[in-house]
Amino acid sequence: MTMPFYVAPEQLMKDRADFARKGIARGRALAALSISNGILICAENRSNTLRKVSEIYDRIAFAGVGRYNEFDQLRIAGVRHADLKGYTYSRDDVDARSLANQYAQVLGQTFTHEMKPMEVEILVAEVASDPGGDQMFHVLYDGTVNDESGYTVLGGEADSIAEQLGQTYDGEWEVGDAVKASSAALSGQERTLEADDLEVALLVRETGRRAFRRIEGDELAELLN
Amino acid sequence: MTLPLFEAGGDPGPNFAALLRSTGLAPPDPDAPAADLAITHATTVVAIRCQQGVVMAGDRRATAGHLISHRTIEKVFPADRHSGVAIAGAAGPAMEMVRLFQLQLEHYEKVEGKGLSLDGKANQLGMMVRNNLPAAMQGFAVVPLFAGYDTTREVGRLFQYDVTGGRYEEREYAVGGSGSLHAGTVIKLGYQPGADADEMIDLAVSALFRTAEEDSATGGPDLVRGIYPVVAVIGADGFERVADADVEARFRDLLASLESRGGDS
Repeated sequence: MTMPFYVAPEQLMKDRADFARKGIARGRALAALSISNGILICAENRSNTLRKVSEIYDRIAFAGVGRYNEFDQLRIAGVRHADLKGYTYSRDDVDARSLANQYAQVLGQTFTHEMKPMEVEILVAEVASDPGGDQMFHVLYDGTVNDESGYTVLGGEADSIAEQLGQTYDGEWEVGDAVKASSAALSGQERTLEADDLEVALLVRETGRRAFRRIEGDELAELLN
Repeated sequence: MTLPLFEAGGDPGPNFAALLRSTGLAPPDPDAPAADLAITHATTVVAIRCQQGVVMAGDRRATAGHLISHRTIEKVFPADRHSGVAIAGAAGPAMEMVRLFQLQLEHYEKVEGKGLSLDGKANQLGMMVRNNLPAAMQGFAVVPLFAGYDTTREVGRLFQYDVTGGRYEEREYAVGGSGSLHAGTVIKLGYQPGADADEMIDLAVSALFRTAEEDSATGGPDLVRGIYPVVAVIGADGFERVADADVEARFRDLLASLESRGGDS
Protein backbone atom coordinates (compact mmCIF):
# COMPACT_ATOMS: atom_id res chain seq x y z
CA MET A 1 0.00 0.00 0.00
CA THR A 2 1.31 3.38 -0.90
CA MET A 3 0.93 6.38 1.36
CA PRO A 4 -0.50 9.52 -0.28
CA PHE A 5 1.84 12.48 -0.14
CA TYR A 6 0.92 15.08 2.41
CA VAL A 7 0.24 18.49 0.87
CA ALA A 8 -0.36 21.40 3.24
CA PRO A 9 -3.79 23.02 2.69
CA GLU A 10 -2.10 26.40 2.22
CA GLN A 11 -0.01 24.95 -0.58
CA LEU A 12 -3.00 23.25 -2.17
CA MET A 13 -5.04 26.47 -2.22
CA LYS A 14 -2.09 28.48 -3.48
CA ASP A 15 -1.50 26.03 -6.33
CA ARG A 16 -5.13 26.16 -7.35
CA ALA A 17 -5.23 29.95 -7.18
CA ASP A 18 -2.03 30.21 -9.25
CA PHE A 19 -3.47 27.84 -11.82
CA ALA A 20 -6.68 29.87 -12.12
CA ARG A 21 -4.85 33.21 -12.22
CA LYS A 22 -2.55 32.00 -14.99
CA GLY A 23 -5.52 30.89 -17.07
CA ILE A 24 -7.25 34.23 -16.60
CA ALA A 25 -4.12 36.29 -17.26
CA ARG A 26 -3.73 34.65 -20.70
CA GLY A 27 -7.06 36.14 -21.86
CA ARG A 28 -7.85 39.69 -22.93
CA ALA A 29 -9.24 42.14 -20.41
CA LEU A 30 -12.48 44.08 -20.18
CA ALA A 31 -13.53 47.26 -18.42
CA ALA A 32 -16.89 48.34 -17.00
CA LEU A 33 -17.70 51.94 -16.14
CA SER A 34 -20.66 53.63 -14.52
CA ILE A 35 -21.28 56.79 -16.56
CA SER A 36 -24.04 59.34 -17.03
CA ASN A 37 -26.00 57.28 -19.64
CA GLY A 38 -25.70 53.97 -17.81
CA ILE A 39 -23.11 51.25 -17.37
CA LEU A 40 -20.73 50.77 -20.28
CA ILE A 41 -18.88 47.47 -20.68
CA CYS A 42 -15.99 47.41 -23.12
CA ALA A 43 -14.11 44.18 -23.85
CA GLU A 44 -11.21 43.39 -26.10
CA ASN A 45 -12.66 40.61 -28.24
CA ARG A 46 -11.86 39.88 -31.87
CA SER A 47 -14.79 37.52 -32.30
CA ASN A 48 -18.16 38.87 -33.38
CA THR A 49 -19.97 35.73 -32.38
CA LEU A 50 -18.37 34.39 -29.19
CA ARG A 51 -19.49 37.05 -26.76
CA LYS A 52 -17.89 38.11 -23.51
CA VAL A 53 -20.61 40.60 -22.63
CA SER A 54 -24.30 39.71 -22.64
CA GLU A 55 -27.74 40.38 -21.31
CA ILE A 56 -29.04 38.57 -18.26
CA TYR A 57 -32.25 40.42 -17.45
CA ASP A 58 -34.02 43.75 -17.83
CA ARG A 59 -31.36 45.86 -16.10
CA ILE A 60 -28.64 43.27 -15.53
CA ALA A 61 -25.66 42.44 -17.73
CA PHE A 62 -22.99 39.77 -17.50
CA ALA A 63 -19.36 39.90 -18.56
CA GLY A 64 -16.72 37.22 -18.27
CA VAL A 65 -13.02 36.75 -18.95
CA GLY A 66 -10.91 33.59 -19.02
CA ARG A 67 -12.08 30.27 -20.42
CA TYR A 68 -15.03 30.86 -22.76
CA ASN A 69 -16.84 27.57 -22.17
CA GLU A 70 -16.73 28.03 -18.41
CA PHE A 71 -18.05 31.57 -18.22
CA ASP A 72 -20.62 30.90 -20.95
CA GLN A 73 -22.00 28.05 -18.87
CA LEU A 74 -22.28 30.48 -15.94
CA ARG A 75 -23.91 33.08 -18.18
CA ILE A 76 -26.64 30.68 -19.33
CA ALA A 77 -27.23 29.54 -15.75
CA GLY A 78 -27.63 33.22 -14.85
CA VAL A 79 -30.20 33.82 -17.60
CA ARG A 80 -32.12 30.76 -16.41
CA HIS A 81 -31.94 31.83 -12.78
CA ALA A 82 -33.17 35.33 -13.60
CA ASP A 83 -35.99 34.21 -15.93
CA LEU A 84 -37.19 31.56 -13.47
CA LYS A 85 -37.11 34.03 -10.60
CA GLY A 86 -38.95 36.70 -12.58
CA TYR A 87 -41.54 34.13 -13.65
CA THR A 88 -42.05 32.75 -10.12
CA TYR A 89 -42.18 36.10 -8.32
CA SER A 90 -42.04 39.38 -10.27
CA ARG A 91 -39.66 41.06 -12.70
CA ASP A 92 -38.81 43.60 -9.99
CA ASP A 93 -37.53 40.86 -7.69
CA VAL A 94 -34.63 39.90 -9.95
CA ASP A 95 -31.47 41.64 -8.75
CA ALA A 96 -27.75 41.53 -9.42
CA ARG A 97 -26.75 41.02 -5.81
CA SER A 98 -28.49 37.68 -5.35
CA LEU A 99 -27.21 36.50 -8.74
CA ALA A 100 -23.63 37.50 -7.82
CA ASN A 101 -23.98 35.53 -4.59
CA GLN A 102 -25.17 32.48 -6.52
CA TYR A 103 -22.16 32.75 -8.82
CA ALA A 104 -19.87 33.13 -5.81
CA GLN A 105 -21.27 29.93 -4.31
CA VAL A 106 -20.73 27.93 -7.48
CA LEU A 107 -17.22 29.30 -8.06
CA GLY A 108 -16.26 28.80 -4.39
CA GLN A 109 -17.60 25.26 -4.40
CA THR A 110 -15.75 24.41 -7.60
CA PHE A 111 -12.55 26.00 -6.32
CA THR A 112 -12.38 23.88 -3.17
CA HIS A 113 -14.04 20.62 -4.23
CA GLU A 114 -13.46 19.99 -7.90
CA MET A 115 -10.41 18.67 -9.74
CA LYS A 116 -9.71 22.06 -11.23
CA PRO A 117 -10.96 25.55 -10.37
CA MET A 118 -12.77 27.57 -13.02
CA GLU A 119 -10.38 29.86 -14.87
CA VAL A 120 -12.81 32.77 -15.01
CA GLU A 121 -13.58 36.13 -13.52
CA ILE A 122 -17.07 37.49 -13.99
CA LEU A 123 -18.90 40.75 -13.60
CA VAL A 124 -22.60 41.16 -12.79
CA ALA A 125 -23.75 44.75 -13.36
CA GLU A 126 -27.13 46.30 -12.67
CA VAL A 127 -28.05 49.78 -13.82
CA ALA A 128 -30.20 52.00 -11.62
CA SER A 129 -32.27 55.08 -12.41
CA ASP A 130 -29.56 57.33 -10.95
CA PRO A 131 -25.79 56.78 -11.18
CA GLY A 132 -25.39 56.43 -7.41
CA GLY A 133 -27.51 53.28 -7.47
CA ASP A 134 -25.48 51.37 -10.09
CA GLN A 135 -24.17 48.05 -8.87
CA MET A 136 -21.18 46.13 -10.17
CA PHE A 137 -20.16 42.84 -8.60
CA HIS A 138 -16.80 41.42 -9.57
CA VAL A 139 -16.64 37.70 -8.74
CA LEU A 140 -13.25 35.98 -8.72
CA TYR A 141 -12.32 32.36 -9.59
CA ASP A 142 -12.44 31.36 -5.89
CA GLY A 143 -15.85 32.90 -5.18
CA THR A 144 -14.60 36.16 -3.71
CA VAL A 145 -17.17 38.92 -4.40
CA ASN A 146 -16.10 42.54 -4.70
CA ASP A 147 -18.70 45.29 -4.78
CA GLU A 148 -17.17 47.85 -7.14
CA SER A 149 -18.20 51.43 -7.61
CA GLY A 150 -17.33 53.75 -10.50
CA TYR A 151 -15.30 51.43 -12.71
CA THR A 152 -13.67 48.02 -12.66
CA VAL A 153 -11.36 45.95 -14.85
CA LEU A 154 -11.32 42.15 -15.25
CA GLY A 155 -8.74 39.87 -16.83
CA GLY A 156 -5.03 39.92 -17.71
CA GLU A 157 -3.07 43.00 -16.62
CA ALA A 158 -6.17 44.31 -14.85
CA ASP A 159 -4.15 46.38 -12.38
CA SER A 160 -2.25 48.44 -14.92
CA ILE A 161 -5.38 48.97 -17.06
CA ALA A 162 -7.39 50.02 -14.01
CA GLU A 163 -4.64 52.41 -13.02
CA GLN A 164 -4.65 54.08 -16.42
CA LEU A 165 -8.44 54.25 -16.51
CA GLY A 166 -8.52 55.67 -12.99
CA GLN A 167 -6.36 58.63 -14.01
CA THR A 168 -9.08 60.06 -16.25
CA TYR A 169 -12.30 58.35 -15.13
CA ASP A 170 -15.25 60.65 -14.56
CA GLY A 171 -18.76 59.50 -13.63
CA GLU A 172 -20.24 62.30 -15.78
CA TRP A 173 -18.81 60.84 -19.01
CA GLU A 174 -20.97 60.29 -22.09
CA VAL A 175 -20.76 57.00 -24.04
CA GLY A 176 -18.16 58.36 -26.50
CA ASP A 177 -15.75 59.47 -23.76
CA ALA A 178 -16.06 56.16 -21.98
CA VAL A 179 -15.51 54.09 -25.14
CA LYS A 180 -12.40 56.09 -26.09
CA ALA A 181 -10.94 55.95 -22.59
CA SER A 182 -11.55 52.23 -22.09
CA SER A 183 -10.22 51.40 -25.55
CA ALA A 184 -7.05 53.40 -24.81
CA ALA A 185 -6.64 51.76 -21.41
CA LEU A 186 -7.20 48.22 -22.76
CA SER A 187 -4.75 48.68 -25.62
CA GLY A 188 -1.86 49.95 -23.47
CA GLN A 189 0.96 52.10 -24.81
CA GLU A 190 2.24 50.11 -27.80
CA ARG A 191 -0.89 49.50 -29.87
CA THR A 192 -4.32 50.91 -30.68
CA LEU A 193 -7.59 48.97 -30.81
CA GLU A 194 -10.00 49.30 -33.73
CA ALA A 195 -13.77 48.87 -33.67
CA ASP A 196 -13.30 45.26 -34.87
CA ASP A 197 -11.19 44.42 -31.83
CA LEU A 198 -13.77 45.59 -29.33
CA GLU A 199 -17.06 44.33 -27.99
CA VAL A 200 -19.05 47.13 -26.42
CA ALA A 201 -22.43 47.09 -24.70
CA LEU A 202 -24.38 49.60 -22.67
CA LEU A 203 -26.98 49.15 -19.95
CA VAL A 204 -29.01 52.23 -20.79
CA ARG A 205 -30.15 54.22 -17.77
CA GLU A 206 -33.24 55.87 -19.25
CA THR A 207 -35.15 53.19 -21.06
CA GLY A 208 -38.13 50.90 -21.15
CA ARG A 209 -37.91 47.39 -19.88
CA ARG A 210 -34.79 45.87 -21.46
CA ALA A 211 -31.84 48.16 -20.85
CA PHE A 212 -29.14 46.08 -22.56
CA ARG A 213 -27.95 47.38 -25.91
CA ARG A 214 -24.92 46.44 -28.00
CA ILE A 215 -22.87 49.17 -29.63
CA GLU A 216 -21.25 47.76 -32.75
CA GLY A 217 -20.33 48.32 -36.38
CA ASP A 218 -20.43 51.87 -37.70
CA GLU A 219 -21.84 53.29 -34.49
CA LEU A 220 -18.83 52.00 -32.56
CA ALA A 221 -16.32 53.13 -35.19
CA GLU A 222 -17.82 56.62 -35.04
CA LEU A 223 -17.55 56.76 -31.26
CA LEU A 224 -13.87 55.76 -31.43
CA ASN A 225 -12.98 58.59 -33.82
CA MET B 1 -33.63 29.77 -5.48
CA THR B 2 -30.33 28.19 -6.55
CA LEU B 3 -28.42 28.60 -9.79
CA PRO B 4 -29.83 26.10 -12.32
CA LEU B 5 -26.78 24.24 -13.61
CA PHE B 6 -27.19 21.10 -15.69
CA GLU B 7 -25.02 18.21 -16.86
CA ALA B 8 -24.29 18.29 -20.59
CA GLY B 9 -26.91 15.58 -21.35
CA GLY B 10 -29.78 17.02 -19.31
CA ASP B 11 -29.45 20.63 -20.40
CA PRO B 12 -32.81 22.12 -21.52
CA GLY B 13 -31.08 24.49 -23.98
CA PRO B 14 -32.95 27.69 -24.82
CA ASN B 15 -36.35 26.09 -24.14
CA PHE B 16 -37.96 27.83 -21.18
CA ALA B 17 -40.88 25.38 -20.94
CA ALA B 18 -38.42 22.49 -20.64
CA LEU B 19 -36.57 24.45 -17.97
CA LEU B 20 -39.82 24.91 -16.03
CA ARG B 21 -40.52 21.19 -16.27
CA SER B 22 -37.03 20.30 -15.10
CA THR B 23 -37.43 22.57 -12.07
CA GLY B 24 -40.95 21.29 -11.30
CA LEU B 25 -42.64 24.66 -11.87
CA ALA B 26 -44.85 23.67 -14.81
CA PRO B 27 -48.58 23.57 -13.94
CA PRO B 28 -50.41 20.20 -14.06
CA ASP B 29 -53.20 19.55 -16.58
CA PRO B 30 -56.74 19.63 -15.15
CA ASP B 31 -58.07 16.07 -14.89
CA ALA B 32 -61.81 16.73 -14.66
CA PRO B 33 -64.18 18.64 -16.98
CA ALA B 34 -64.87 22.22 -16.00
CA ALA B 35 -68.62 21.95 -16.65
CA ASP B 36 -69.72 23.40 -13.31
CA LEU B 37 -67.09 26.13 -13.10
CA ALA B 38 -67.80 29.60 -14.40
CA ILE B 39 -64.64 30.10 -16.45
CA THR B 40 -63.81 33.62 -17.51
CA HIS B 41 -63.68 33.91 -21.30
CA ALA B 42 -61.93 36.47 -23.41
CA THR B 43 -63.77 37.18 -26.64
CA THR B 44 -63.21 38.92 -29.97
CA VAL B 45 -59.77 39.71 -31.46
CA VAL B 46 -58.79 40.66 -35.00
CA ALA B 47 -55.57 41.09 -36.99
CA ILE B 48 -55.42 42.78 -40.41
CA ARG B 49 -52.50 43.12 -42.78
CA CYS B 50 -51.64 46.61 -43.95
CA GLN B 51 -48.93 48.30 -45.93
CA GLN B 52 -46.80 49.04 -42.83
CA GLY B 53 -47.24 45.56 -41.35
CA VAL B 54 -50.16 44.36 -39.26
CA VAL B 55 -52.95 45.97 -37.22
CA MET B 56 -54.16 44.00 -34.19
CA ALA B 57 -57.18 44.82 -32.07
CA GLY B 58 -59.28 43.26 -29.35
CA ASP B 59 -62.28 44.34 -27.29
CA ARG B 60 -62.05 44.66 -23.50
CA ARG B 61 -64.80 42.38 -22.27
CA ALA B 62 -64.46 39.11 -20.39
CA THR B 63 -67.50 36.97 -19.69
CA ALA B 64 -68.30 34.07 -17.38
CA GLY B 65 -71.37 32.35 -18.71
CA HIS B 66 -73.95 35.09 -19.28
CA LEU B 67 -72.28 37.53 -16.91
CA ILE B 68 -69.78 40.22 -17.80
CA SER B 69 -66.91 39.47 -15.45
CA HIS B 70 -64.44 42.19 -16.49
CA ARG B 71 -64.77 45.36 -18.52
CA THR B 72 -61.12 46.29 -18.88
CA ILE B 73 -59.12 43.15 -19.61
CA GLU B 74 -56.58 43.32 -22.40
CA LYS B 75 -56.27 40.68 -25.08
CA VAL B 76 -53.62 42.15 -27.35
CA PHE B 77 -50.05 41.95 -26.10
CA PRO B 78 -46.59 42.52 -27.51
CA ALA B 79 -44.86 39.12 -27.82
CA ASP B 80 -41.50 40.77 -28.41
CA ARG B 81 -40.29 43.85 -30.27
CA HIS B 82 -41.63 42.88 -33.71
CA SER B 83 -44.58 40.65 -32.94
CA GLY B 84 -47.80 40.59 -31.01
CA VAL B 85 -50.23 38.00 -29.73
CA ALA B 86 -53.98 38.31 -29.19
CA ILE B 87 -55.99 35.81 -27.20
CA ALA B 88 -59.48 34.35 -27.17
CA GLY B 89 -60.78 31.56 -24.97
CA ALA B 90 -60.39 30.75 -21.28
CA ALA B 91 -58.83 33.94 -19.93
CA GLY B 92 -56.74 32.50 -17.10
CA PRO B 93 -54.84 29.88 -19.14
CA ALA B 94 -54.64 32.34 -22.04
CA MET B 95 -52.94 35.04 -19.95
CA GLU B 96 -50.55 32.43 -18.60
CA MET B 97 -49.82 31.24 -22.14
CA VAL B 98 -49.04 34.80 -23.25
CA ARG B 99 -46.77 35.33 -20.27
CA LEU B 100 -44.91 32.09 -20.98
CA PHE B 101 -44.73 32.86 -24.69
CA GLN B 102 -43.25 36.33 -24.12
CA LEU B 103 -40.77 34.85 -21.69
CA GLN B 104 -39.89 31.99 -24.05
CA LEU B 105 -39.03 34.41 -26.86
CA GLU B 106 -36.90 36.58 -24.57
CA HIS B 107 -35.27 33.56 -22.93
CA TYR B 108 -34.34 32.07 -26.28
CA GLU B 109 -32.90 35.37 -27.45
CA LYS B 110 -30.76 35.78 -24.34
CA VAL B 111 -29.50 32.19 -24.19
CA GLU B 112 -28.78 31.94 -27.91
CA GLY B 113 -27.71 35.56 -28.40
CA LYS B 114 -30.09 35.82 -31.38
CA GLY B 115 -33.87 35.91 -31.58
CA LEU B 116 -36.10 33.30 -33.24
CA SER B 117 -37.37 33.85 -36.78
CA LEU B 118 -41.03 34.85 -37.14
CA ASP B 119 -41.85 31.33 -38.34
CA GLY B 120 -40.03 29.93 -35.33
CA LYS B 121 -42.08 32.10 -33.02
CA ALA B 122 -45.32 31.07 -34.74
CA ASN B 123 -44.40 27.38 -34.41
CA GLN B 124 -43.45 27.88 -30.79
CA LEU B 125 -46.89 29.33 -30.04
CA GLY B 126 -48.52 26.48 -31.96
CA MET B 127 -46.68 24.02 -29.76
CA MET B 128 -47.90 25.80 -26.62
CA VAL B 129 -51.50 25.64 -27.90
CA ARG B 130 -51.06 21.95 -28.68
CA ASN B 131 -49.66 21.30 -25.20
CA ASN B 132 -52.83 22.92 -23.86
CA LEU B 133 -55.00 20.34 -25.66
CA PRO B 134 -55.65 18.17 -22.56
CA ALA B 135 -56.85 21.31 -20.78
CA ALA B 136 -58.88 22.35 -23.84
CA MET B 137 -60.67 18.98 -23.71
CA GLN B 138 -61.75 19.87 -20.15
CA GLY B 139 -63.12 23.23 -21.24
CA PHE B 140 -60.06 25.46 -20.95
CA ALA B 141 -59.50 26.09 -24.64
CA VAL B 142 -57.12 28.88 -25.66
CA VAL B 143 -57.02 30.09 -29.27
CA PRO B 144 -54.55 32.89 -29.99
CA LEU B 145 -53.76 35.00 -33.03
CA PHE B 146 -50.14 35.73 -33.74
CA ALA B 147 -48.94 38.55 -35.97
CA GLY B 148 -45.65 40.21 -36.57
CA TYR B 149 -43.36 42.08 -38.87
CA ASP B 150 -40.96 39.69 -40.60
CA THR B 151 -37.70 41.64 -40.52
CA THR B 152 -36.02 39.39 -43.11
CA ARG B 153 -38.87 39.47 -45.68
CA GLU B 154 -39.93 42.99 -44.64
CA VAL B 155 -43.65 42.24 -44.61
CA GLY B 156 -46.34 41.87 -41.99
CA ARG B 157 -47.52 38.30 -41.46
CA LEU B 158 -50.33 36.77 -39.45
CA PHE B 159 -51.16 33.36 -38.08
CA GLN B 160 -54.33 31.77 -36.82
CA TYR B 161 -54.51 28.65 -34.62
CA ASP B 162 -57.03 25.99 -33.70
CA VAL B 163 -57.26 24.19 -30.35
CA THR B 164 -55.06 21.33 -31.56
CA GLY B 165 -52.17 23.72 -32.18
CA GLY B 166 -52.74 23.76 -35.95
CA ARG B 167 -51.02 26.82 -37.37
CA TYR B 168 -52.55 28.56 -40.37
CA GLU B 169 -50.92 31.54 -42.00
CA GLU B 170 -53.44 34.03 -43.41
CA ARG B 171 -52.75 36.51 -46.20
CA GLU B 172 -55.26 39.25 -45.44
CA TYR B 173 -56.83 39.09 -42.02
CA ALA B 174 -57.49 36.75 -39.12
CA VAL B 175 -60.17 36.78 -36.45
CA GLY B 176 -60.70 34.84 -33.24
CA GLY B 177 -63.18 34.46 -30.40
CA SER B 178 -66.94 34.47 -30.00
CA GLY B 179 -67.54 37.43 -32.33
CA SER B 180 -65.23 36.20 -35.06
CA LEU B 181 -68.06 35.51 -37.51
CA HIS B 182 -69.32 39.10 -37.49
CA ALA B 183 -65.91 40.72 -37.19
CA GLY B 184 -64.66 38.59 -40.08
CA THR B 185 -67.54 39.65 -42.31
CA VAL B 186 -67.03 43.36 -41.66
CA ILE B 187 -63.30 43.08 -42.33
CA LYS B 188 -63.86 40.94 -45.42
CA LEU B 189 -66.08 43.65 -46.94
CA GLY B 190 -63.80 46.55 -46.02
CA TYR B 191 -60.40 45.00 -46.67
CA GLN B 192 -58.18 46.45 -49.39
CA PRO B 193 -54.81 44.84 -50.14
CA GLY B 194 -51.89 47.14 -49.37
CA ALA B 195 -54.04 49.68 -47.55
CA ASP B 196 -52.49 52.12 -45.13
CA ALA B 197 -52.37 51.24 -41.40
CA ASP B 198 -54.57 54.24 -40.66
CA GLU B 199 -57.45 52.89 -42.78
CA MET B 200 -57.07 49.40 -41.38
CA ILE B 201 -57.23 50.74 -37.81
CA ASP B 202 -60.57 52.31 -38.75
CA LEU B 203 -61.66 48.99 -40.24
CA ALA B 204 -60.70 47.12 -37.06
CA VAL B 205 -62.54 49.69 -34.94
CA SER B 206 -65.62 49.39 -37.14
CA ALA B 207 -65.46 45.57 -37.06
CA LEU B 208 -65.33 45.52 -33.26
CA PHE B 209 -68.19 48.01 -33.06
CA ARG B 210 -70.41 45.97 -35.40
CA THR B 211 -69.52 42.77 -33.58
CA ALA B 212 -70.41 44.28 -30.21
CA GLU B 213 -73.86 45.00 -31.60
CA GLU B 214 -74.44 41.36 -32.56
CA ASP B 215 -72.46 39.35 -30.01
CA SER B 216 -73.28 39.76 -26.30
CA ALA B 217 -69.81 38.57 -25.27
CA THR B 218 -68.03 41.34 -27.19
CA GLY B 219 -67.69 44.72 -25.54
CA GLY B 220 -68.22 47.92 -27.51
CA PRO B 221 -66.63 51.27 -26.75
CA ASP B 222 -67.53 52.42 -23.24
CA LEU B 223 -67.88 56.19 -23.64
CA VAL B 224 -69.01 56.64 -20.04
CA ARG B 225 -66.00 55.02 -18.41
CA GLY B 226 -63.59 55.81 -21.23
CA ILE B 227 -62.77 52.17 -22.02
CA TYR B 228 -61.86 51.44 -25.64
CA PRO B 229 -60.56 48.37 -27.46
CA VAL B 230 -56.79 47.83 -27.51
CA VAL B 231 -55.40 48.54 -30.97
CA ALA B 232 -51.76 48.08 -31.95
CA VAL B 233 -49.74 48.43 -35.14
CA ILE B 234 -46.72 46.19 -35.73
CA GLY B 235 -44.37 47.51 -38.39
CA ALA B 236 -40.67 47.92 -39.09
CA ASP B 237 -40.38 50.06 -35.94
CA GLY B 238 -41.87 47.33 -33.80
CA PHE B 239 -45.02 46.90 -31.76
CA GLU B 240 -46.75 50.19 -31.07
CA ARG B 241 -50.01 50.52 -29.23
CA VAL B 242 -52.39 53.14 -30.64
CA ALA B 243 -53.12 55.76 -27.96
CA ASP B 244 -56.52 55.50 -26.25
CA ALA B 245 -57.33 59.09 -27.24
CA ASP B 246 -56.79 58.19 -30.90
CA VAL B 247 -59.00 55.09 -30.63
CA GLU B 248 -61.64 57.19 -28.85
CA ALA B 249 -61.59 59.78 -31.65
CA ARG B 250 -62.10 57.03 -34.24
CA PHE B 251 -65.06 55.62 -32.36
CA ARG B 252 -66.60 59.07 -32.00
CA ASP B 253 -66.18 59.65 -35.74
CA LEU B 254 -67.80 56.29 -36.46
CA LEU B 255 -70.70 57.07 -34.14
CA ALA B 256 -71.14 60.53 -35.65
CA SER B 257 -71.26 59.13 -39.19
CA LEU B 258 -73.82 56.51 -38.14
CA GLU B 259 -75.88 59.17 -36.42
CA SER B 260 -75.90 61.39 -39.51
CA ARG B 261 -77.33 58.44 -41.43
CA GLY B 262 -80.16 58.24 -38.98
CA GLY B 263 -78.66 55.58 -36.73
CA ASP B 264 -80.02 52.70 -38.76
CA SER B 265 -77.44 50.35 -40.19
